[in-house]
Amino acid sequence: MTGVVGIVLVSHSAQVAASVTDLARGLAGAGDAVPVAAAGGTADGDLGTSSELVARAAHEVDRGAGVAVLVDIGSAVLTVKTLLAEGDELPDGTRLVDAPFVEGAVAAVVTAAAGADLDAVEAAAAEAYDYRKV
Amino acid sequence: MLDADFFLRWMNALTEAVNREAGRLTELDAAIGDADHGTNLQRGFTAAKAALEKDAPDTPGAVLMLTGRQLISTVGGASGPLYGTLLRRAGKALGDEAEVSREQLAEALRAGIAAVAQLGGAKPGDKTMLDALEPAAAALDESFTAAREAAEEGAAATVPMLARKGRASYLGERSIGHQDPGATSSALLIGALEEAAR
Repeated sequence: MTGVVGIVLVSHSAQVAASVTDLARGLAGAGDAVPVAAAGGTADGDLGTSSELVARAAHEVDRGAGVAVLVDIGSAVLTVKTLLAEGDELPDGTRLVDAPFVEGAVAAVVTAAAGADLDAVEAAAAEAYDYRKV
Repeated sequence: MLDADFFLRWMNALTEAVNREAGRLTELDAAIGDADHGTNLQRGFTAAKAALEKDAPDTPGAVLMLTGRQLISTVGGASGPLYGTLLRRAGKALGDEAEVSREQLAEALRAGIAAVAQLGGAKPGDKTMLDALEPAAAALDESFTAAREAAEEGAAATVPMLARKGRASYLGERSIGHQDPGATSSALLIGALEEAAR
């Protein structure tokens, strides 16, 4: 696959998803080089997960090199897993990445900005679990 | 034999039960969850009812597939993908048969339950919907009434359990003494089956 890996950030809260998107972009210094899309809250703007917003975000960031999806908790996890199991809802090469939401998002965007493939983006995001703070 | 009309009656009876019991489901969820189970299911089944009326699916499998699809896209909480997966996997197992037997339905439900267990990673005894659904699917081989009784007993049996999945699991010991909202709504799903058979 060629092209840059897309990143989707799914949170129960629209504000959290949008803010983490800005944070990851800002810290990566990647500008618009990496396609990152937020899918936060329900379609009505409540706390929750919208399968439509997730699918739309994944298609929006798909450049043919795969899409890494990071999620917060509960229905965000289950919704993405369900969409993946359906088979035709998300672009080919979409993957749920097991990573802490904020740290993983930063690692994923930085790694994608360096031109890494989906495996490397996934590994970098997952590695964020090992980053100890004390 | 059970035809598409039976499955539409089942989904209608379930929608009515969810509307009737939404307050209780949300109250149970307020104790150990985030107080949205009743409203979330109401939103999902209301959307499903409209879609079923519009598309009028003509096989048992298609009724369940369409309902599951609506739940996944409209519920907004964890119950959407969980019930959506249950119904879609069961619907898929029924294929495009015009009529199915009660035993075939029981077998299809077991396939759906296995998919739910895989999706959520829960086991029986974790204080989840599985605690009502598993005994119900087993009893469905016997009769609709036996299935409803088994589901209700299974839901009641979640009261002394310690929650191991979902938001309730954060409460640890404090989750004990409350009936699980998911197991409770699962008992409604099976109870509606008995109503449709009347």
